[in-house]
Amino acid sequence: MRGSWRTLAGLGLASWLILPMVPLVIWSFAHGWRFPDLLPQTWSIKAWTYALSPASGVLNSFGLTTLIAAATTLLAALIGVPAGRALGLHQFRGKTLVTLFLLAPAVLPGMAVVFGLHGLFLRLGLTGSVPGVVLAHLIPVLPYMTLIMAAVFSRFDPDFEAQARTLGATPFQTFRCVTLPAILPGLLTGALFAFLVSWSQYLLTLAIGGGRVQTLPLLMFGFVSAGRNDVTSAIALLYILPGLLILAVTIRQVTGRNIALTEGLRP
Amino acid sequence: MTRLVLEGLTKAYPGAGQAALHDLSLAVESGSLTALLGPSGSGKTTTMKLIAGLLSPDRGEVLLDNRPITSLPPEKRQVAMVFQNPLLFPHLTVAQNVGFGLKMQGLPAHRIADEVATMLGRVRLTGLGARRPAQLSGGQQQRAALARALVLAPRVLLLDEPLSNLDPTLRDEMRGLVRDLQRETGITTLVVTHDQAEAVALADQIALLLDGRLAQHAGPDDFYRRPASQAVARFFGAVNFIPGTARAGQFQTSFGLLALPPESAEGAHLLTIRPESILLGPGPNPLTARVKAVTFLGTQSRVDLSVAGHPLRAVVAPDAARSLRAGDSIPIALPPTALWLLPAQS
Repeated sequence: MRGSWRTLAGLGLASWLILPMVPLVIWSFAHGWRFPDLLPQTWSIKAWTYALSPASGVLNSFGLTTLIAAATTLLAALIGVPAGRALGLHQFRGKTLVTLFLLAPAVLPGMAVVFGLHGLFLRLGLTGSVPGVVLAHLIPVLPYMTLIMAAVFSRFDPDFEAQARTLGATPFQTFRCVTLPAILPGLLTGALFAFLVSWSQYLLTLAIGGGRVQTLPLLMFGFVSAGRNDVTSAIALLYILPGLLILAVTIRQVTGRNIALTEGLRP
Repeated sequence: MTRLVLEGLTKAYPGAGQAALHDLSLAVESGSLTALLGPSGSGKTTTMKLIAGLLSPDRGEVLLDNRPITSLPPEKRQVAMVFQNPLLFPHLTVAQNVGFGLKMQGLPAHRIADEVATMLGRVRLTGLGARRPAQLSGGQQQRAALARALVLAPRVLLLDEPLSNLDPTLRDEMRGLVRDLQRETGITTLVVTHDQAEAVALADQIALLLDGRLAQHAGPDDFYRRPASQAVARFFGAVNFIPGTARAGQFQTSFGLLALPPESAEGAHLLTIRPESILLGPGPNPLTARVKAVTFLGTQSRVDLSVAGHPLRAVVAPDAARSLRAGDSIPIALPPTALWLLPAQS
């Protein structure tokens, strides 16, 4: 009885996640698909050959989006790990306020942030550049990273580090051999979120990149407005690839006991 | 062989009014096993962390063989510390844990393997090196943690309540192991404990900390026979305190004169005698006491007495107390050699 419920739930979940993708796959191989046909009259790989050809710019854009997401993730980790450590391990005056500030970008509508940010970045000469876009992506990414790391560190016993030091480990050795292995599952979860949030960023890239930084979401919207459903579908399928890939690689690390998302900050 | 000296160590934590440690000076002799004893909050762990370099003192110095190490980071001190929790790194095997410090030093893998194997044998964990820490029992984890520190042959070994998480039988075993290994290696060792019985059973010397100050530093026997103050005597279970004045080998109390041991101090003092030193029956310094209560404690009996309204407690073998009833008037004796004078005001 229990087994069959589980199968049913599994099937439900799978169809919830996979069924919406079926039209995408069909569209990407369709050569015209008109209402009320259930399936396209003619099939074709033209959309795919175009999407994968240099002319469409999809592959370039794919590389650029990966680069931006990777750089954003790295920066977020470099800032989020120490910040999360401070929040998770120490009690200090104004901690609630700091937490609130950290959460603000994740709560405020992106549109509100964009205008002020654009003016600032314009003055700093960061608009229309990849570094500018990476910095802008940090705004929605950092809260996730920092709060996940705070939850991870709130369960970390810093005596392990003290122990390593008295056994002759330098601060760097202590981080590499003791702290990092302990926080790695949480760090991977944070990095996964950071990467995907940056990867799917549209508004900030458009505003700060000013159309000169063509990431995959921007490119895709171009094809959407042009009414090219077949090419859009092909790009959309490429677009979900990294998410699936990262999930497949890290699924064991981010599920189960180590998942830190629900663990709140200690007040 | 290293002599550890603490000079005027003072440490206050921000926000706390009173200093956690106040002007602590202590010399731990080379190769000795010294217990740092005190109730919780007396500054024991603070002292350990100051020696290990995990905290820095507000004032004072830590010296190893007369060389100050106060400004050195923990990893350069050659002072290994074993915490109350075994703190075995969960992502490493037992052998990798024991070899951790050697690996940090950059020793080649085969040498680490040799040293670790020898050390695991000495703490009787042979064959368990490939396990994960979680697969060891509490006692085994504690032994692995001890091995991890000892394998480094540190100049000073610090043990922070190494037995407190163990059940009584394991505690005896671990205590014996610590003693044996310390004697074999001759590493100057400081053991933190709050349990005076444990300190007495384990250590050559005891340093008693009360309220962040050194109350007494002496051999275990002295804490029973020659405590430095009433507070020290109380910590070691003394309950009999009689005020009075010493003059010419005699102690004037409210209920008469008592003969003192030779070379006793003069003037106003507090006289103390261990409950187990009071004799029920005739003897030197005879007194008449009224029995207030007799409590059977298994291997011994506690007899609460009153001498001219002054309470005294005796601890005797159960047979000696069997015939006693509350209200009885009995002769008791306070042998002069068991009497000790404490400073009057404390």
